[in-house]
Amino acid sequence: MIRRPVPMTASSAAIAVLAAIGLTVAPPSAAAADRDGLTAEKAARGKYLVSTSGCMDCHTPMKMTPNGPEWDMSRMLSGHPENLKMPPAPALPQGPWLVVSSATNTAFAGPWGVSFTANLTPDPETGLGAWTVQDFKNTIRTGRHLGRGRAVLPPMPIPVYGNFSDEDLESIFAYLRTLPPVKNRVPEPWAPAETTAAPK
Amino acid sequence: MKPVALALLLAAATATSAAELPEHLRDTGLAMGHVQDDPAIAAFSPQYPLWSDGAEKRRWVRLPPGASIDASRPDAWQFPVGTRLWKEFSVAGRPVETRYMERQADGSWRFATYVWTEDGRDAVLAPERGTVVTLPQGAHYQVPGRGDCLACHGGARVPVLGFGALQLSPDRDPLAPHARTPSAAADGPKAAASVDLPALVARGWLRGLPPALLARPPRIAADSPVERAALGYLHGNCAQCHHAGDGRVPVRLNLEQSAADPAKSHADALRSMVGAPSRYRPPGFGDDARVVVPGDFAASVLTTRMQSRHARVQMPPLGTERPDAEGLALVYHWITHDLPTRKEPRP
Repeated sequence: MIRRPVPMTASSAAIAVLAAIGLTVAPPSAAAADRDGLTAEKAARGKYLVSTSGCMDCHTPMKMTPNGPEWDMSRMLSGHPENLKMPPAPALPQGPWLVVSSATNTAFAGPWGVSFTANLTPDPETGLGAWTVQDFKNTIRTGRHLGRGRAVLPPMPIPVYGNFSDEDLESIFAYLRTLPPVKNRVPEPWAPAETTAAPK
Repeated sequence: MKPVALALLLAAATATSAAELPEHLRDTGLAMGHVQDDPAIAAFSPQYPLWSDGAEKRRWVRLPPGASIDASRPDAWQFPVGTRLWKEFSVAGRPVETRYMERQADGSWRFATYVWTEDGRDAVLAPERGTVVTLPQGAHYQVPGRGDCLACHGGARVPVLGFGALQLSPDRDPLAPHARTPSAAADGPKAAASVDLPALVARGWLRGLPPALLARPPRIAADSPVERAALGYLHGNCAQCHHAGDGRVPVRLNLEQSAADPAKSHADALRSMVGAPSRYRPPGFGDDARVVVPGDFAASVLTTRMQSRHARVQMPPLGTERPDAEGLALVYHWITHDLPTRKEPRP
């Protein structure tokens, strides 16, 4: 059975995150499966896929360090921080520049409005804790939330991730379930009209 | 529906190629005119229909000869292999599309839609990803893709929507928006046989239906006529995703009304709405957004999303580009006038 840790705050998640990265949180037996048929073997495969498919780049907030921007691992894969209230995005002049991103690389302004990256941790209220593996697969397959809600917005590379096999997606979801839940309510996206500050 | 069943449904739908579906509507077994000569086909009309931007809709069901529906679970009828259903959408008196679903031998369902030619003489299989039809008035009409069908049918307790014990109860709700009963004038002479619950039993199409549901037809257990119609409206338009069974969306909103236990489903629906925190927080609602705020239509997330047709806000999320003024008026009356004047506090 894949262990599903109890929710915690971002700060208290830091230690547990380190364990999750190494998959050392009471590793389940490889043959055991959770309610969605997800096994530790799949979670291990999912860890590899998450670490090589760019998920961290947008879903883990960046913080500035002496070495430059690095991932804030206390918020691993928890999406845009809810306490980071974004001002209107700067209006871009006419020309080839199209997209603006936040310093955390979790908020993106473009022709679609402003999108905020989702909390992928298994927190039941603010993350994927209440999702089933089928919800996850439906979302990636259709580009709609849960396969039936609003469209998933740029820069989420839905057309690319749509090429994952079912087993890959199950593995990714299995791994996400092993993460420490981080309570972080990501804001809803902004419509284009409310996105930008007036040009100066 | 079990998650595995939903997965099979999705897999079957995505695996079905256009070549496996009939190219013309007539080859699905539905006659092109108003009269259906096949005695195995019956017209029906749910008492709480889905809002489809005002399109006029007609519906038919066909069971294979000798087959019947297992109705022993009144809220989750099981349909026999070979069941077919059609729903025709017309705008300004002209048929635009007819949607079709059929139960396959492996238990999965396949979905298709057929687009009518301008002269109304033929209806042709739409592209798998859907299409846009330009109506004579210049308006655009979005025909759904096959994957879009699953957005509503795929996660429902039963993939067949609008054809169940509550929807076909002879105790019809007089305040239900947009409901119509097939008539001989509009639907042809055989429409007089359009089916409700007793008619289905008489045809031998239902087996296992609890007799109590014939003695006392299904009815929403509401505290007022307006509440009955409002909850029925939400049942017909929202409960395919917002229910308590497998396949639901993972939020605590249960808008499904039960024929088997109406008192419980009434209480569950109110508990999940009235004063309940909303996971979705529209801009400007702050951190204390509630699904329904008694007496305050504008502060209720439910109606905010029903009124919106912004792609990121609107509910339902697809299948409609115009808010339903009549449905909103009903829910407005319920929230503004009924809920604040309750004699007993609600959960």
